[in-house]
Amino acid sequence: MPDRPAIWNFLLGRLSLSSLPLHNSIVVGTFIVVSIGALGVLSLITYYRKWGYLWSEWFTSVDHKKLGIMYMVLATVMLFRGFADAIMMRSQQAIAFGSNMGYLPPHHYDQVFSAHGVAMIFFVAMAYIVGLMNFAMPMQIGARDVAFPFLNNLSFWLTVSGVVLFMTSLFVGDFSHAGWLGMPPVSELKQSPGPGVDYYIWGLQLSGVGTLLTGINFVVTILKMRAPGMSLMKMPMFTWTSLCTSGLIVVAFPILTATLFLLSLDRYIGTHFFTNGFGGNVMMYVNLIWIWGHPEVYILILPLFGVYSEIVSTFSGKRLFGYSSMVYATAAIMLLSYLVWLHHFFTMGSGADVNSFFALTTMLISIPTGVKIFNWLFTMYRGRVRFDVPMLWTMGFLFTFTIGGMSGVMLSVAPADFLLHNSLFLIAHFHNVIIGGVVFGVFAGINYWFPKAFGFRLDAFWGKVSFWFWQIGFWVAFAPLYVLGLMGVTRRLSHFEDPSLQIWFIIAAFGAFLILLGILAFVVQIYVSIRRRDELAVGNDPWDGRTLEWSTSSPPPPYNFAFIPKVHEREAWDDMKKHGYQRPLEGFNDIHMPKSTSTGVVIGVLATVFGFAMVWYIWWLAILTFVALIGTAIWHTFNYDREGYVKANEVGEFEQHIGNWEPKAQGATS
Amino acid sequence: MNHPSNAAHAHDDAMHEHTGSLRGYLTGFVLAAILTIIPFWLVMGHVIESHQTTILIVLALAAVQIVVHMIYFLHLDTRSENGWNMLAVIFTAVLVVIVLGASIWVMYNENANMMPMSPQYQHHRLGS
Repeated sequence: MPDRPAIWNFLLGRLSLSSLPLHNSIVVGTFIVVSIGALGVLSLITYYRKWGYLWSEWFTSVDHKKLGIMYMVLATVMLFRGFADAIMMRSQQAIAFGSNMGYLPPHHYDQVFSAHGVAMIFFVAMAYIVGLMNFAMPMQIGARDVAFPFLNNLSFWLTVSGVVLFMTSLFVGDFSHAGWLGMPPVSELKQSPGPGVDYYIWGLQLSGVGTLLTGINFVVTILKMRAPGMSLMKMPMFTWTSLCTSGLIVVAFPILTATLFLLSLDRYIGTHFFTNGFGGNVMMYVNLIWIWGHPEVYILILPLFGVYSEIVSTFSGKRLFGYSSMVYATAAIMLLSYLVWLHHFFTMGSGADVNSFFALTTMLISIPTGVKIFNWLFTMYRGRVRFDVPMLWTMGFLFTFTIGGMSGVMLSVAPADFLLHNSLFLIAHFHNVIIGGVVFGVFAGINYWFPKAFGFRLDAFWGKVSFWFWQIGFWVAFAPLYVLGLMGVTRRLSHFEDPSLQIWFIIAAFGAFLILLGILAFVVQIYVSIRRRDELAVGNDPWDGRTLEWSTSSPPPPYNFAFIPKVHEREAWDDMKKHGYQRPLEGFNDIHMPKSTSTGVVIGVLATVFGFAMVWYIWWLAILTFVALIGTAIWHTFNYDREGYVKANEVGEFEQHIGNWEPKAQGATS
Repeated sequence: MNHPSNAAHAHDDAMHEHTGSLRGYLTGFVLAAILTIIPFWLVMGHVIESHQTTILIVLALAAVQIVVHMIYFLHLDTRSENGWNMLAVIFTAVLVVIVLGASIWVMYNENANMMPMSPQYQHHRLGS
């Protein structure tokens, strides 16, 4: 506690002016830039008087499409944050050789790599996949919203709480330097007395609860709310992968919550679960966190496998090859992903029998993934492939991800892992699968569903520029890391002695700047597309789609479908088009829909303040906000005014006006 | 919570079929009570000589207790929600077995090979 009158310690906990990192010029500079940016955005919103619109149409909305879009925006903002960390690390490693210590001291560098991992996994990749599932999945199954619309809104705001806490750590106090998994003993109170690890814990706990609720929500939605006729084996592939991912979320995230809770008990009340002494066992933390951690990477990749399946079949103009094998492969991955976690710590000292078992299961899981790769290739085989931007990302994925998968199989060989673990080879491997799989898939999905969300396509030229910079930049940035890893260079180092290594780091940094251009091209693509939205406007079905989301308007009405579609075949919309489906223009009924609510925002704000109070030991505020949090949740259960009707005449007006509306430029496909 | 948006296909009336009867609850209660009293008696009365055996019996009874709760209080059977409840329970059970079983196996290995590193223990080991 700082040295000052006791009342201040009571009121502010351990927070004091010295908690502000004013001595660190990089952080101060970042703070100034972020503040100017934020002030600019806020004053623009105020100037155009958009606060009311944002509040009533977006923040309090329970519409799955709008929540999906908000998740995508959140993830994109965090992508900038995570990438800023990446470029800092790459430039530090490129210059810090011999007598040059670079510009990041180890204490700061450790925070940067921890923050990079946390941001990219929890707030970029997770937010992107939840956003894509939120947007597309309910429409694919012919539903009007998810099963628990309010819960969906709450999940989003809890995720935002986590993000806000995480971002606060940049400017008030510091962040964890214990890596993205917060490994003890480094993350224990003795080794990390500052607020960094507490920011990490509470940021992840809050967003983790949000993710868990999303998982439950989506499982129920898919199992209970499919359009009549859509049996499980007629569901679109993206819906299948969403179901499996949500199932994984439901069973994996509680493990993360429990593990972090045990760590916080160690830090807050002095238990010894993961300490070095007093019977604590550091290895137990590693074991537990990876029981969550390995399913987590499949949580990330499975929905994108679904995106690729949709895109490959749409842009090849063919049914998806081997649909059933695809479903079974996904289900197999779902189960097997629970049997491989030990491969993250082969070297921790298990016996040969344990290591062999987990090595075999790890090799086994590459089989269903291989099945998928071949299915996509066979779908393209003899198809009339259209090389639009989503398809480019998909082909980039097939190439990149396969190589990343193969380096993964190399790592699964336990004896080889004894040489490669903790090296840059590992770093190259998981960036190879996460960028090549998840990030490419996210951009494929954004380019694919953007016209559905907004009624106009994303500009193809800048889309291609972005794709090529990412694709080439990725290899320039990470191929050197494979080389360095094979030479034995370990990860998380802020300084090197051997000057012969420097050239590889310089190449890698160059690659990172190519990726930066890819990200900038993506921003330009969005900007240019919005400017040219009239030229880029498209009809309801710009890609000649095959699943139900393309049967409704672009952008879809709040109720998605005036009439719930009846499903007869697997690719339902393709089937409907073949049978000459005409969109009905009369005979509408009132549609029962959930109402907006501000409870999600309120709980989100309370959760953020609660987390902040816990980080800084401001106990009175923590108790107050926690009680308010629970109270608000209970109070909301007495809110019976949750539903309303979209009147039949409103539906009719919308359907007659928009339903048949086709713009001049009929999409990319004509 | 309601999901009004899909009143059109809320064909889940199966939900209301399996609410319990007084008889069911009483059977469950009696079974649960017996399954609690036996381990209590085993521990308090030092009935069995071997500590190990007592622990195993208590754990086995706890597992039976879980099944009793699921059947009589949570009304789990193969038909509710078109079998989805049963499937979810089986999936959970499989994962719990994997996670617990493999964790014990892994941690036993780690423990035997690596732990602990305190000086006294090292000394003890070297001395023996």
